[in-house]
Amino acid sequence: MKILVCIKQVPDLETRFKLNAAGDWFEEADVAFRMNEYDEFAVEEAVALKGKLGAETDVTILSIGPDRVKETIKKALAMGADRGAHIQDDEPHRKDPAQVAAMIAAYAKEKEFGLVFMGLQSQDRGSAQVGPLVALNLGFNLVTTVVGFEYDSGQVTARRELEGGLKAVVKTRAPAVITCQLGLNKPRYPTLPNIMKAKKKELLTIPAADLAPGDALNIVERAAPPERKGAGVILEGDAAEVADKLIGMIREKTGLI
Amino acid sequence: MKALLIGESRKGKTLAATYELAEFARRIGAQSAMFIVDAEDDLPKYDGRLLLADSSSCGQINPPAHAALAAEVANRENADIVVLSHSPYGWDLAPLIARALGAGQVSEVVDYQEGVYVTPALNGKMRLFNKPRTPKVVVTLQSGAFAPADPPSGAPQVEKLQAPAQEKKYELVALEEPEATGVDLARAKVVVSAGRGVGKVENIELVKKLAEALGGELGASRPVVDAGWVEASRQVGSSGKAVAPKLYIACGISGAAQHVAGMKGSEFVVSINTDPEAPITEVAHVNALVDLNQLIPALLEKLKG
Repeated sequence: MKILVCIKQVPDLETRFKLNAAGDWFEEADVAFRMNEYDEFAVEEAVALKGKLGAETDVTILSIGPDRVKETIKKALAMGADRGAHIQDDEPHRKDPAQVAAMIAAYAKEKEFGLVFMGLQSQDRGSAQVGPLVALNLGFNLVTTVVGFEYDSGQVTARRELEGGLKAVVKTRAPAVITCQLGLNKPRYPTLPNIMKAKKKELLTIPAADLAPGDALNIVERAAPPERKGAGVILEGDAAEVADKLIGMIREKTGLI
Repeated sequence: MKALLIGESRKGKTLAATYELAEFARRIGAQSAMFIVDAEDDLPKYDGRLLLADSSSCGQINPPAHAALAAEVANRENADIVVLSHSPYGWDLAPLIARALGAGQVSEVVDYQEGVYVTPALNGKMRLFNKPRTPKVVVTLQSGAFAPADPPSGAPQVEKLQAPAQEKKYELVALEEPEATGVDLARAKVVVSAGRGVGKVENIELVKKLAEALGGELGASRPVVDAGWVEASRQVGSSGKAVAPKLYIACGISGAAQHVAGMKGSEFVVSINTDPEAPITEVAHVNALVDLNQLIPALLEKLKG
Protein backbone atom coordinates (compact mmCIF):
# COMPACT_ATOMS: atom_id res chain seq x y z
CA MET A 1 0.00 0.00 0.00
CA LYS A 2 1.05 3.58 -0.66
CA ILE A 3 0.64 6.05 2.20
CA LEU A 4 0.76 9.83 1.96
CA VAL A 5 1.64 11.97 4.97
CA CYS A 6 1.06 15.73 4.67
CA ILE A 7 3.21 17.80 7.01
CA LYS A 8 3.61 21.52 7.60
CA GLN A 9 6.59 23.47 8.78
CA VAL A 10 5.57 25.99 11.44
CA PRO A 11 7.44 28.65 13.42
CA ASP A 12 8.55 28.00 16.97
CA LEU A 13 5.61 29.35 18.97
CA GLU A 14 7.84 30.66 21.78
CA THR A 15 9.00 33.34 19.30
CA ARG A 16 8.24 37.00 19.95
CA PHE A 17 6.59 37.60 16.59
CA LYS A 18 6.79 40.87 14.67
CA LEU A 19 4.43 41.82 11.87
CA ASN A 20 5.83 41.45 8.33
CA ALA A 21 6.11 44.34 5.83
CA ALA A 22 2.90 43.32 4.05
CA GLY A 23 1.09 43.38 7.41
CA ASP A 24 -0.56 40.02 6.83
CA TRP A 25 1.72 37.57 8.70
CA PHE A 26 4.88 37.52 10.82
CA GLU A 27 8.39 38.63 9.89
CA GLU A 28 10.45 35.48 9.23
CA ALA A 29 13.93 36.84 9.94
CA ASP A 30 15.53 35.09 12.95
CA VAL A 31 12.54 32.79 13.44
CA ALA A 32 13.22 29.07 13.95
CA PHE A 33 10.96 26.61 12.16
CA ARG A 34 10.04 23.01 12.95
CA MET A 35 7.51 20.31 12.13
CA ASN A 36 3.90 21.03 13.13
CA GLU A 37 3.49 18.96 16.30
CA TYR A 38 0.27 17.25 15.16
CA ASP A 39 2.08 16.10 12.00
CA GLU A 40 4.78 14.33 14.02
CA PHE A 41 2.05 11.93 15.15
CA ALA A 42 0.95 11.52 11.51
CA VAL A 43 4.48 10.61 10.39
CA GLU A 44 4.92 8.20 13.31
CA GLU A 45 1.61 6.44 12.62
CA ALA A 46 2.50 5.95 8.94
CA VAL A 47 6.00 4.71 9.69
CA ALA A 48 4.74 2.36 12.43
CA LEU A 49 2.13 0.97 10.01
CA LYS A 50 4.87 0.39 7.44
CA GLY A 51 6.74 -1.52 10.12
CA LYS A 52 3.72 -3.78 10.61
CA LEU A 53 2.69 -4.22 6.98
CA GLY A 54 6.17 -4.76 5.60
CA ALA A 55 8.47 -3.46 2.92
CA GLU A 56 5.90 -3.18 0.12
CA THR A 57 4.37 -0.29 2.05
CA ASP A 58 5.69 2.99 0.69
CA VAL A 59 5.40 6.26 2.64
CA THR A 60 5.54 9.62 0.83
CA ILE A 61 5.95 12.86 2.78
CA LEU A 62 4.42 15.99 1.22
CA SER A 63 5.01 19.53 2.38
CA ILE A 64 4.14 22.93 0.89
CA GLY A 65 6.37 25.96 1.34
CA PRO A 66 9.66 27.63 0.46
CA ASP A 67 12.98 25.78 0.33
CA ARG A 68 13.30 25.73 4.13
CA VAL A 69 10.54 23.09 4.37
CA LYS A 70 12.93 20.53 2.86
CA GLU A 71 14.61 20.31 6.27
CA THR A 72 11.32 19.27 7.84
CA ILE A 73 10.69 16.73 5.06
CA LYS A 74 14.17 15.30 5.74
CA LYS A 75 13.32 14.89 9.40
CA ALA A 76 10.26 12.83 8.40
CA LEU A 77 12.43 10.78 6.01
CA ALA A 78 14.87 10.19 8.88
CA MET A 79 11.92 8.92 10.97
CA GLY A 80 11.50 6.20 8.33
CA ALA A 81 9.41 7.54 5.43
CA ASP A 82 10.53 6.52 1.94
CA ARG A 83 10.32 9.61 -0.25
CA GLY A 84 9.51 13.30 -0.17
CA ALA A 85 7.52 15.68 -2.35
CA HIS A 86 8.22 19.36 -1.81
CA ILE A 87 5.55 21.66 -3.25
CA GLN A 88 7.56 24.83 -3.84
CA ASP A 89 5.57 27.89 -2.72
CA ASP A 90 7.34 30.98 -1.41
CA GLU A 91 4.24 32.47 0.21
CA PRO A 92 2.24 29.52 1.56
CA HIS A 93 0.45 31.78 4.08
CA ARG A 94 -1.31 33.47 1.14
CA LYS A 95 -3.07 30.19 0.28
CA ASP A 96 -6.32 29.41 2.03
CA PRO A 97 -7.19 25.87 3.21
CA ALA A 98 -9.22 25.19 0.05
CA GLN A 99 -6.17 25.97 -2.10
CA VAL A 100 -3.85 23.89 0.08
CA ALA A 101 -6.27 20.95 -0.15
CA ALA A 102 -6.58 21.42 -3.93
CA MET A 103 -2.79 21.19 -4.33
CA ILE A 104 -2.50 18.10 -2.13
CA ALA A 105 -5.33 16.38 -4.02
CA ALA A 106 -3.82 17.33 -7.40
CA TYR A 107 -0.56 15.73 -6.29
CA ALA A 108 -2.25 12.64 -4.83
CA LYS A 109 -4.80 11.80 -7.50
CA GLU A 110 -4.02 8.76 -9.65
CA LYS A 111 -1.18 7.81 -7.30
CA GLU A 112 -3.44 5.28 -5.58
CA PHE A 113 -2.72 6.14 -1.98
CA GLY A 114 -4.62 3.87 0.39
CA LEU A 115 -4.24 6.13 3.43
CA VAL A 116 -3.49 9.82 3.90
CA PHE A 117 -2.32 10.90 7.36
CA MET A 118 -1.98 14.49 8.50
CA GLY A 119 -2.24 16.53 11.65
CA LEU A 120 -5.71 17.53 12.84
CA GLN A 121 -4.65 21.16 12.44
CA SER A 122 -1.56 23.33 12.16
CA GLN A 123 -0.19 25.09 15.22
CA ASP A 124 0.28 28.41 13.41
CA ARG A 125 -3.14 28.89 11.75
CA GLY A 126 -5.21 25.96 12.99
CA SER A 127 -8.10 25.90 10.52
CA ALA A 128 -8.67 22.12 10.84
CA GLN A 129 -10.04 22.25 7.28
CA VAL A 130 -7.34 20.73 5.08
CA GLY A 131 -7.87 17.06 6.03
CA PRO A 132 -11.64 17.06 5.41
CA LEU A 133 -11.22 19.03 2.16
CA VAL A 134 -8.55 16.63 0.86
CA ALA A 135 -10.92 13.73 1.64
CA LEU A 136 -13.69 15.47 -0.33
CA ASN A 137 -11.36 16.27 -3.24
CA LEU A 138 -10.14 12.68 -3.51
CA GLY A 139 -13.48 11.02 -2.69
CA PHE A 140 -11.86 9.29 0.32
CA ASN A 141 -13.47 8.45 3.65
CA LEU A 142 -12.49 10.60 6.60
CA VAL A 143 -11.89 10.21 10.32
CA THR A 144 -10.71 13.28 12.24
CA THR A 145 -9.27 13.84 15.72
CA VAL A 146 -7.82 10.33 15.90
CA VAL A 147 -6.11 9.10 19.10
CA GLY A 148 -5.97 5.39 18.24
CA PHE A 149 -5.57 3.70 14.86
CA GLU A 150 -5.67 0.15 13.49
CA TYR A 151 -5.62 -1.05 9.93
CA ASP A 152 -6.43 -4.50 8.61
CA SER A 153 -6.83 -5.26 4.88
CA GLY A 154 -8.67 -2.11 3.95
CA GLN A 155 -10.59 -1.81 7.23
CA VAL A 156 -9.79 1.22 9.38
CA THR A 157 -10.71 1.12 13.08
CA ALA A 158 -10.02 4.43 14.80
CA ARG A 159 -10.54 5.88 18.26
CA ARG A 160 -11.47 9.50 17.90
CA GLU A 161 -12.03 12.24 20.40
CA LEU A 162 -15.36 13.91 20.92
CA GLU A 163 -15.99 16.69 23.44
CA GLY A 164 -15.10 16.66 27.13
CA GLY A 165 -12.96 13.52 27.22
CA LEU A 166 -15.56 11.35 25.47
CA LYS A 167 -14.21 9.12 22.69
CA ALA A 168 -15.78 7.05 19.94
CA VAL A 169 -14.47 3.93 18.24
CA VAL A 170 -15.45 4.10 14.58
CA LYS A 171 -14.88 2.00 11.48
CA THR A 172 -14.44 3.08 7.89
CA ARG A 173 -12.83 1.67 4.73
CA ALA A 174 -9.66 2.74 2.97
CA PRO A 175 -8.92 4.81 1.00
CA ALA A 176 -9.27 7.23 3.88
CA VAL A 177 -7.88 10.48 5.25
CA ILE A 178 -6.94 10.30 8.94
CA THR A 179 -6.35 13.53 10.89
CA CYS A 180 -4.17 12.96 13.93
CA GLN A 181 -4.73 14.40 17.39
CA LEU A 182 -1.92 14.94 19.91
CA GLY A 183 -1.13 11.80 21.90
CA LEU A 184 -1.96 9.32 19.10
CA ASN A 185 1.42 7.62 19.56
CA LYS A 186 4.99 8.39 20.66
CA PRO A 187 6.79 9.99 17.71
CA ARG A 188 10.28 8.49 17.37
CA TYR A 189 13.48 10.51 17.31
CA PRO A 190 15.52 10.08 14.13
CA THR A 191 18.76 8.19 14.84
CA LEU A 192 22.06 9.36 13.36
CA PRO A 193 22.32 6.45 10.87
CA ASN A 194 18.74 7.16 9.75
CA ILE A 195 19.52 10.86 9.36
CA MET A 196 22.43 9.86 7.07
CA LYS A 197 20.22 7.43 5.12
CA ALA A 198 17.52 10.11 4.71
CA LYS A 199 19.96 12.28 2.76
CA LYS A 200 19.96 9.71 -0.04
CA LYS A 201 16.18 9.38 -0.26
CA GLU A 202 14.18 10.83 -3.16
CA LEU A 203 12.99 14.40 -2.60
CA LEU A 204 11.18 15.84 -5.62
CA THR A 205 10.32 19.51 -5.93
CA ILE A 206 7.14 20.52 -7.74
CA PRO A 207 6.17 24.17 -8.37
CA ALA A 208 2.88 25.05 -6.62
CA ALA A 209 1.51 26.54 -9.85
CA ASP A 210 1.73 23.08 -11.52
CA LEU A 211 -0.86 21.79 -9.05
CA ALA A 212 -3.62 24.29 -9.93
CA PRO A 213 -4.45 25.68 -6.48
CA GLY A 214 -7.36 27.74 -7.90
CA ASP A 215 -8.75 30.82 -6.20
CA ALA A 216 -8.89 31.50 -2.48
CA LEU A 217 -12.36 31.39 -0.91
CA ASN A 218 -11.17 33.36 2.08
CA ILE A 219 -8.65 36.21 2.17
CA VAL A 220 -6.68 37.34 5.20
CA GLU A 221 -6.70 41.10 4.72
CA ARG A 222 -4.33 41.89 7.54
CA ALA A 223 -2.81 40.61 10.74
CA ALA A 224 -2.22 42.38 14.04
CA PRO A 225 -1.03 41.50 17.51
CA PRO A 226 -4.01 41.02 19.84
CA GLU A 227 -5.09 43.92 21.99
CA ARG A 228 -3.96 42.95 25.44
CA LYS A 229 -7.16 42.93 27.42
CA GLY A 230 -5.42 41.33 30.35
CA ALA A 231 -4.92 44.00 32.95
CA GLY A 232 -3.05 41.46 35.04
CA VAL A 233 -0.33 42.45 37.46
CA ILE A 234 3.21 41.61 36.33
CA LEU A 235 5.64 40.25 38.93
CA GLU A 236 9.31 40.01 37.99
CA GLY A 237 12.69 39.65 39.63
CA ASP A 238 13.92 37.76 42.67
CA ALA A 239 11.98 34.55 43.31
CA ALA A 240 11.76 35.04 47.10
CA GLU A 241 10.38 38.58 46.74
CA VAL A 242 7.92 37.52 44.03
CA ALA A 243 6.81 34.63 46.26
CA ASP A 244 6.11 37.08 49.12
CA LYS A 245 4.06 39.39 46.92
CA LEU A 246 2.21 36.53 45.30
CA ILE A 247 1.21 34.95 48.62
CA GLY A 248 0.02 38.38 49.80
CA MET A 249 -2.15 38.80 46.71
CA ILE A 250 -3.60 35.30 46.93
CA ARG A 251 -4.43 35.87 50.61
CA GLU A 252 -6.09 39.21 49.88
CA LYS A 253 -8.09 38.10 46.81
CA THR A 254 -9.14 34.61 47.82
CA GLY A 255 -8.81 34.42 51.61
CA LEU A 256 -7.49 30.90 51.13
CA ILE A 257 -4.13 31.19 52.85
CA MET B 1 -28.62 38.29 7.09
CA LYS B 2 -29.91 34.75 7.70
CA ALA B 3 -27.92 32.37 9.88
CA LEU B 4 -28.28 28.64 10.34
CA LEU B 5 -26.86 27.53 13.68
CA ILE B 6 -25.62 23.93 13.90
CA GLY B 7 -26.29 22.93 17.51
CA GLU B 8 -24.47 20.14 19.33
CA SER B 9 -25.90 17.38 21.43
CA ARG B 10 -24.77 14.21 23.10
CA LYS B 11 -27.03 11.29 24.00
CA GLY B 12 -30.19 13.25 23.40
CA LYS B 13 -29.13 16.36 25.29
CA THR B 14 -28.13 19.81 24.05
CA LEU B 15 -24.54 20.82 24.83
CA ALA B 16 -23.83 24.24 26.32
CA ALA B 17 -21.64 25.30 23.35
CA THR B 18 -24.86 25.53 21.34
CA TYR B 19 -25.85 28.71 23.19
CA GLU B 20 -22.74 30.52 22.00
CA LEU B 21 -23.98 30.08 18.42
CA ALA B 22 -27.20 31.92 19.26
CA GLU B 23 -25.24 34.66 21.02
CA PHE B 24 -23.05 35.08 17.91
CA ALA B 25 -26.14 35.41 15.70
CA ARG B 26 -27.52 38.02 18.08
CA ARG B 27 -24.27 40.01 18.06
CA ILE B 28 -23.98 40.10 14.25
CA GLY B 29 -27.66 41.02 13.97
CA ALA B 30 -28.63 37.91 12.00
CA GLN B 31 -32.03 36.30 11.89
CA SER B 32 -31.43 32.68 12.87
CA ALA B 33 -32.80 29.17 12.80
CA MET B 34 -31.17 26.18 14.47
CA PHE B 35 -30.41 22.69 13.21
CA ILE B 36 -29.66 19.94 15.68
CA VAL B 37 -29.53 16.15 15.66
CA ASP B 38 -30.45 13.98 18.63
CA ALA B 39 -31.61 16.51 21.24
CA GLU B 40 -35.10 15.17 21.92
CA ASP B 41 -34.52 14.66 25.66
CA ASP B 42 -33.30 18.20 26.31
CA LEU B 43 -34.16 20.64 23.54
CA PRO B 44 -32.12 23.85 23.21
CA LYS B 45 -33.62 26.76 25.15
CA TYR B 46 -33.89 28.87 22.05
CA ASP B 47 -36.54 31.27 20.83
CA GLY B 48 -36.77 30.39 17.19
CA ARG B 49 -37.31 27.62 14.69
CA LEU B 50 -35.56 24.38 15.56
CA LEU B 51 -34.97 21.93 12.73
CA LEU B 52 -34.64 18.67 14.61
CA ALA B 53 -33.42 15.34 13.27
CA ASP B 54 -33.31 12.21 15.39
CA SER B 55 -30.34 9.90 15.68
CA SER B 56 -32.29 6.91 14.42
CA SER B 57 -32.43 8.42 10.96
CA CYS B 58 -28.94 9.92 10.63
CA GLY B 59 -26.87 8.20 13.30
CA GLN B 60 -25.67 9.38 16.68
CA ILE B 61 -22.14 9.88 15.35
CA ASN B 62 -22.02 10.08 11.59
CA PRO B 63 -20.40 13.26 10.23
CA PRO B 64 -21.12 12.67 6.52
CA ALA B 65 -24.83 12.08 7.22
CA HIS B 66 -25.15 15.03 9.64
CA ALA B 67 -23.32 17.35 7.25
CA ALA B 68 -25.39 16.31 4.23
CA LEU B 69 -28.63 16.99 6.10
CA ALA B 70 -27.34 20.29 7.53
CA ALA B 71 -26.26 21.47 4.07
CA GLU B 72 -29.65 20.55 2.63
CA VAL B 73 -31.35 22.57 5.39
CA ALA B 74 -28.95 25.52 4.86
CA ASN B 75 -29.89 25.56 1.18
CA ARG B 76 -33.60 25.32 1.86
CA GLU B 77 -33.41 28.05 4.51
CA ASN B 78 -31.31 30.16 2.15
CA ALA B 79 -28.82 30.80 4.95
CA ASP B 80 -26.09 33.37 4.29
CA ILE B 81 -24.00 32.06 7.13
CA VAL B 82 -23.76 28.64 8.78
CA VAL B 83 -22.41 28.74 12.33
CA LEU B 84 -20.76 25.86 14.25
CA SER B 85 -18.56 25.47 17.31
CA HIS B 86 -14.81 25.08 16.84
CA SER B 87 -15.07 21.63 18.41
CA PRO B 88 -14.58 18.07 17.16
CA TYR B 89 -18.18 18.15 15.86
CA GLY B 90 -17.55 21.45 14.08
CA TRP B 91 -14.21 20.26 12.68
CA ASP B 92 -16.00 17.28 11.15
CA LEU B 93 -19.03 19.05 9.74
CA ALA B 94 -17.98 22.58 8.79
CA PRO B 95 -15.73 21.78 5.77
CA LEU B 96 -18.30 19.32 4.42
CA ILE B 97 -21.12 21.86 4.70
CA ALA B 98 -18.90 24.60 3.23
CA ARG B 99 -18.07 22.44 0.22
CA ALA B 100 -21.74 21.55 -0.34
CA LEU B 101 -22.66 25.27 -0.30
CA GLY B 102 -19.63 26.46 -2.31
CA ALA B 103 -18.82 28.58 0.72
CA GLY B 104 -15.54 29.72 2.21
CA GLN B 105 -14.93 28.70 5.82
CA VAL B 106 -13.42 30.81 8.58
CA SER B 107 -12.25 28.72 11.55
CA GLU B 108 -12.13 29.68 15.25
CA VAL B 109 -13.78 33.10 14.99
CA VAL B 110 -13.32 35.24 18.12
CA ASP B 111 -14.79 38.52 16.87
CA TYR B 112 -16.80 40.02 14.01
CA GLN B 113 -16.53 43.57 12.71
CA GLU B 114 -18.58 44.59 9.65
CA GLY B 115 -18.02 41.64 7.36
CA VAL B 116 -14.57 40.86 8.75
CA TYR B 117 -14.06 37.75 10.87
CA VAL B 118 -11.24 37.85 13.41
CA THR B 119 -9.37 34.63 14.15
CA PRO B 120 -6.34 33.84 16.34
CA ALA B 121 -3.02 32.55 14.97
CA LEU B 122 0.38 31.58 16.38
CA ASN B 123 -1.07 30.35 19.68
CA GLY B 124 -2.91 33.61 20.31
CA LYS B 125 0.06 35.87 19.56
CA MET B 126 -1.50 37.24 16.36
CA ARG B 127 -4.99 38.07 15.11
CA LEU B 128 -5.99 37.54 11.47
CA PHE B 129 -8.72 39.63 9.82
CA ASN B 130 -10.53 37.38 7.34
CA LYS B 131 -12.77 38.45 4.51
CA PRO B 132 -14.47 35.53 2.75
CA ARG B 133 -14.99 36.03 -0.99
CA THR B 134 -17.96 33.70 -1.34
CA PRO B 135 -21.60 34.83 -1.06
CA LYS B 136 -22.22 32.20 1.61
CA VAL B 137 -19.92 31.66 4.58
CA VAL B 138 -19.37 28.89 7.12
CA VAL B 139 -17.78 29.83 10.44
CA THR B 140 -16.67 27.93 13.53
CA LEU B 141 -16.57 29.85 16.84
CA GLN B 142 -13.85 29.64 19.45
CA SER B 143 -15.24 28.18 22.65
CA GLY B 144 -16.04 30.99 25.09
CA ALA B 145 -15.65 33.86 22.60
CA PHE B 146 -19.40 34.38 22.36
CA ALA B 147 -20.58 33.19 25.75
CA PRO B 148 -24.04 34.59 26.48
CA ALA B 149 -24.26 36.88 29.51
CA ASP B 150 -27.53 35.40 30.76
CA PRO B 151 -28.49 31.78 31.24
CA PRO B 152 -30.28 30.50 28.15
CA SER B 153 -34.05 30.68 28.03
CA GLY B 154 -36.71 30.25 25.42
CA ALA B 155 -38.77 27.54 23.79
CA PRO B 156 -38.15 26.54 20.18
CA GLN B 157 -40.74 25.89 17.50
CA VAL B 158 -39.79 22.37 16.52
CA GLU B 159 -39.91 21.16 12.93
CA LYS B 160 -38.92 17.53 12.58
CA LEU B 161 -36.58 16.45 9.80
CA GLN B 162 -36.18 13.08 8.17
CA ALA B 163 -32.69 12.20 7.00
CA PRO B 164 -32.41 10.49 3.62
CA ALA B 165 -30.85 7.03 3.62
CA GLN B 166 -27.06 7.28 3.33
CA GLU B 167 -24.34 4.98 2.20
CA LYS B 168 -22.62 3.70 5.34
CA LYS B 169 -19.22 5.37 5.28
CA TYR B 170 -18.77 5.81 8.98
CA GLU B 171 -19.78 3.20 11.49
CA LEU B 172 -19.89 3.81 15.25
CA VAL B 173 -18.61 0.79 17.15
CA ALA B 174 -18.56 2.09 20.72
CA LEU B 175 -18.57 5.20 22.88
CA GLU B 176 -15.90 5.41 25.57
CA GLU B 177 -16.61 7.52 28.63
CA PRO B 178 -13.74 9.45 30.22
CA GLU B 179 -12.17 7.27 32.91
CA ALA B 180 -13.89 7.70 36.26
CA THR B 181 -11.42 8.36 39.08
CA GLY B 182 -11.52 9.78 42.56
CA VAL B 183 -10.39 13.20 41.36
CA ASP B 184 -13.11 15.82 41.27
CA LEU B 185 -11.36 18.78 39.74
CA ALA B 186 -14.66 20.50 39.02
CA ARG B 187 -15.32 20.92 42.76
CA ALA B 188 -11.79 21.78 43.85
CA LYS B 189 -11.32 25.19 45.50
CA VAL B 190 -7.72 25.35 44.35
CA VAL B 191 -6.29 23.89 41.14
CA VAL B 192 -2.56 24.11 40.40
CA SER B 193 -1.87 22.98 36.84
CA ALA B 194 1.31 21.94 35.10
CA GLY B 195 1.99 22.71 31.44
CA ARG B 196 4.68 21.96 28.92
CA GLY B 197 6.81 24.74 30.43
CA VAL B 198 7.58 22.58 33.48
CA GLY B 199 10.19 21.06 31.16
CA LYS B 200 10.53 17.55 32.56
CA VAL B 201 8.49 14.91 34.32
CA GLU B 202 10.43 15.32 37.59
CA ASN B 203 9.05 18.86 37.92
CA ILE B 204 5.47 17.62 38.09
CA GLU B 205 6.23 16.67 41.69
CA LEU B 206 7.04 20.32 42.42
CA VAL B 207 3.70 21.49 41.01
CA LYS B 208 1.92 18.76 42.94
CA LYS B 209 3.57 19.88 46.17
CA LEU B 210 2.33 23.42 45.58
CA ALA B 211 -1.19 22.09 45.01
CA GLU B 212 -0.99 20.11 48.26
CA ALA B 213 0.41 23.05 50.23
CA LEU B 214 -2.59 25.11 49.10
CA GLY B 215 -5.07 22.32 49.86
CA GLY B 216 -5.86 21.89 46.19
CA GLU B 217 -5.66 19.44 43.32
CA LEU B 218 -3.08 18.96 40.62
CA GLY B 219 -4.30 19.79 37.11
CA ALA B 220 -2.55 19.66 33.76
CA SER B 221 -2.67 20.95 30.23
CA ARG B 222 -2.99 18.60 27.31
CA PRO B 223 0.69 18.22 26.27
CA VAL B 224 1.63 17.09 29.78
CA VAL B 225 -1.13 14.47 29.75
CA ASP B 226 -0.19 13.33 26.25
CA ALA B 227 3.39 12.92 27.41
CA GLY B 228 2.10 10.59 30.13
CA TRP B 229 3.37 12.83 32.95
CA VAL B 230 -0.07 13.34 34.54
CA GLU B 231 -3.14 11.09 34.30
CA ALA B 232 -5.86 12.07 31.80
CA SER B 233 -8.49 12.62 34.53
CA ARG B 234 -6.56 15.74 35.61
CA GLN B 235 -6.57 17.40 32.18
CA VAL B 236 -8.13 20.86 32.16
CA GLY B 237 -9.54 22.17 28.88
CA SER B 238 -12.14 21.58 26.21
CA SER B 239 -10.93 18.00 25.68
CA GLY B 240 -10.70 17.44 29.44
CA LYS B 241 -12.43 18.95 32.48
CA ALA B 242 -13.92 22.38 33.02
CA VAL B 243 -12.90 23.82 36.41
CA ALA B 244 -14.01 26.90 38.32
CA PRO B 245 -11.92 27.10 41.52
CA LYS B 246 -11.41 30.14 43.72
CA LEU B 247 -7.71 29.98 42.84
CA TYR B 248 -6.16 28.64 39.64
CA ILE B 249 -2.38 28.59 39.29
CA ALA B 250 -1.06 27.83 35.79
CA CYS B 251 2.57 26.65 35.93
CA GLY B 252 4.37 26.74 32.59
CA ILE B 253 1.13 26.89 30.64
CA SER B 254 1.02 29.02 27.47
CA GLY B 255 -2.75 29.33 27.57
CA ALA B 256 -3.92 27.84 24.27
CA ALA B 257 -7.62 28.51 23.65
CA GLN B 258 -8.53 24.88 24.34
CA HIS B 259 -6.95 25.08 27.80
CA VAL B 260 -8.44 28.49 28.63
CA ALA B 261 -11.89 27.17 27.70
CA GLY B 262 -11.61 24.80 30.67
CA MET B 263 -10.43 27.26 33.35
CA LYS B 264 -11.79 30.70 32.52
CA GLY B 265 -14.52 30.31 35.14
CA SER B 266 -11.80 30.48 37.84
CA GLU B 267 -12.13 33.39 40.27
CA PHE B 268 -8.47 34.28 40.67
CA VAL B 269 -5.88 33.20 38.11
CA VAL B 270 -2.12 33.21 38.65
CA SER B 271 0.29 32.37 35.83
CA ILE B 272 3.88 31.33 36.43
CA ASN B 273 5.52 31.58 33.01
CA THR B 274 8.66 33.32 31.77
CA ASP B 275 7.10 34.24 28.37
CA PRO B 276 5.53 37.72 28.77
CA GLU B 277 3.60 37.27 25.50
CA ALA B 278 2.05 33.91 26.29
CA PRO B 279 -1.74 34.08 25.75
CA ILE B 280 -2.31 33.03 29.39
CA THR B 281 -1.45 36.65 30.28
CA GLU B 282 -4.81 37.66 28.79
CA VAL B 283 -6.74 35.74 31.41
CA ALA B 284 -4.35 35.78 34.39
CA HIS B 285 -4.86 38.31 37.18
CA VAL B 286 -1.24 37.95 38.19
CA ASN B 287 1.62 37.01 35.86
CA ALA B 288 4.78 35.91 37.63
CA LEU B 289 7.45 36.06 34.92
CA VAL B 290 9.81 33.92 36.98
CA ASP B 291 11.30 30.46 36.37
CA LEU B 292 8.97 28.03 38.14
CA ASN B 293 11.97 25.98 39.29
CA GLN B 294 12.87 28.90 41.53
CA LEU B 295 9.48 30.38 42.31
CA ILE B 296 7.66 27.21 43.40
CA PRO B 297 10.33 26.20 45.98
CA ALA B 298 10.22 29.80 47.30
CA LEU B 299 6.43 29.63 47.58
CA LEU B 300 6.61 26.25 49.35
CA GLU B 301 9.15 27.64 51.80
CA LYS B 302 6.92 30.62 52.68
CA LEU B 303 3.76 28.53 52.89
CA LYS B 304 5.47 26.22 55.38
CA GLY B 305 6.44 29.09 57.65
